[in-house]
Amino acid sequence: MQDISRTAVEEFLFAEADLLDEWRLPEWLELFTDDATYAVPATDVPANASPDSSLFYVADDRFRLSERVKRLMKRTAHAEFPHSRTRHVVSNVRIRSRAETELEISSAFITFRTKDGVTDTYFGSNRYKLVQVEGQLRIRDKRCLLDSEGLRMQGRVSIIL
Amino acid sequence: MAGYPVLNSGIMVDEARKVFKVSRQAFVDPAILEAERAQIFDRSWLYLGHNAELPKPGSFVTRQVGGRNILFARDTKGELRAMLNTCPHRGAQVCRERNGTAKSFQCFYHGWVFGLDGALRSQPGETSYAEDFKERGTSNMQQVPRFESYRDFNFVCFDPNVQSLSDYLGPAKEYLDVICDQAESGMTIVGGTQEYSMRANWKLLTENSIDGYHAVTTHATYFDYLKATNGGLAPVPLKGSARDLGNGHAVLEYKAPWGRPVAQWIPAWGEDGKQEIDRLYQNLVERFGEERAERIALYNRNLFIFPNLVVNDIMAVTIRTYYPTAPDFMNISAWALAPREETEWARKYRLYNFLEFLGPGGFATPDDVEALEQCQRGFRNSAEAQWNDISKGMGKPVPDYDDELQMRAFWSNWNKCVFQEPA
Repeated sequence: MQDISRTAVEEFLFAEADLLDEWRLPEWLELFTDDATYAVPATDVPANASPDSSLFYVADDRFRLSERVKRLMKRTAHAEFPHSRTRHVVSNVRIRSRAETELEISSAFITFRTKDGVTDTYFGSNRYKLVQVEGQLRIRDKRCLLDSEGLRMQGRVSIIL
Repeated sequence: MAGYPVLNSGIMVDEARKVFKVSRQAFVDPAILEAERAQIFDRSWLYLGHNAELPKPGSFVTRQVGGRNILFARDTKGELRAMLNTCPHRGAQVCRERNGTAKSFQCFYHGWVFGLDGALRSQPGETSYAEDFKERGTSNMQQVPRFESYRDFNFVCFDPNVQSLSDYLGPAKEYLDVICDQAESGMTIVGGTQEYSMRANWKLLTENSIDGYHAVTTHATYFDYLKATNGGLAPVPLKGSARDLGNGHAVLEYKAPWGRPVAQWIPAWGEDGKQEIDRLYQNLVERFGEERAERIALYNRNLFIFPNLVVNDIMAVTIRTYYPTAPDFMNISAWALAPREETEWARKYRLYNFLEFLGPGGFATPDDVEALEQCQRGFRNSAEAQWNDISKGMGKPVPDYDDELQMRAFWSNWNKCVFQEPA
């Protein structure tokens, strides 16, 4: 993956953010490989902690991630019904390492979520492992490292960060 | 809007007619919160932390409990200490880190240094102080008025005259025993704290944490998820009972279809998992006999300890405590409790079970947050729509797990405390 430019990576991440903000979650899920993982660790564990041995907020394999998407599209996902409005702002995109088949990317995020007259802000860093599948960039791993001390005031991560 | 009318009681009870109502003003009135601080939080035993969080001399955590800033530390002799995290000199918080290991604690403002036990060791300009200054107790960091523990659960109380923790817990101790006995080598806290908040009154979380009635509707998507997993459910119907444990404590004890790492197998865990679960179960039988082993392994417990501690032994074990900063806002901290000797396999599935259901990123807790915040919104109508109803199951000899006896136990004691009813 020596020829992938940062601009191409940015374009991919901006498109991902749009899919989330437009609640096109089934399409968003297609950005992930079949063996993908998505995690939000607790904020008092190291950035590289394992969900097998530390408590996380979210630690999805591809199956649980697809169930998360299914859930969020239901009326009975009460926390997100009606859907909140969100804006995922992505910045500070860097290619951390390049291997033959994988790119390690970091970005900064600020995500606003509004519902019922209350706006919450999530902020932190996203760490991605990207691969190419049939010429397209795909996510093998996405880890959201929240900068906040826990989830006070946000109270929940009912959306995808 | 004018202030709220003065309440003389927060509940309306008529046993004969099976009426039990709670005033919605109790969830919104700042005067009630003030009374709760004085009559409940300043006088009850409050959970501080678990022994396992302080593994060796010098280990410390700082934590807010009952509105105070507490420094919880293990001193050089290995004794646990709960100190008010404030400098005896001019008041600054002495320890400003969330956790770590220290040889001493230094207040950065004027440089006073305290031992792990809070005793003043040195201060700049010592010659300008009285000769016996360091020998005076008032020169040390203050210990909390009362500090006691049960099965490695440490509690503090700000009322020096409170009854012993053991008497306070009463029959709740037996349930903590059942939970802790699942480990042979003691329980530990797994790394990672879930710290979150809700825009809702703290008593809503007390109710919600021991509410068997809401599961099917509020958590419909969680059960959808378990059904979608390949073998995520055991053929065990939700069934059990509720018990009032006195002093405002209460418990639900029931069977449920989800997997329990100690020790109810589900097909999704495969043959390897079955062997592991069988081994754990047999170990319990050897240690405690069939009857108690079955209770430890196959029964779930939602244990509530008045006023703000929940120990839920369900698909994982969580310790949860919460504290109000306003009538409509609370902070919540939650930890995962697990057997120290647990295998990597069991620990992994325990943590996955935990975060699938519990916690603000799971498939269930976000919907609880939503429900409680929607209640708080509904309470804006409390001047006209004045009462909550928690009468479900009144008059039954043994109320079911999805009745509301446990909430009546909480509210009856709450009312006694807040309105100073004679015991």
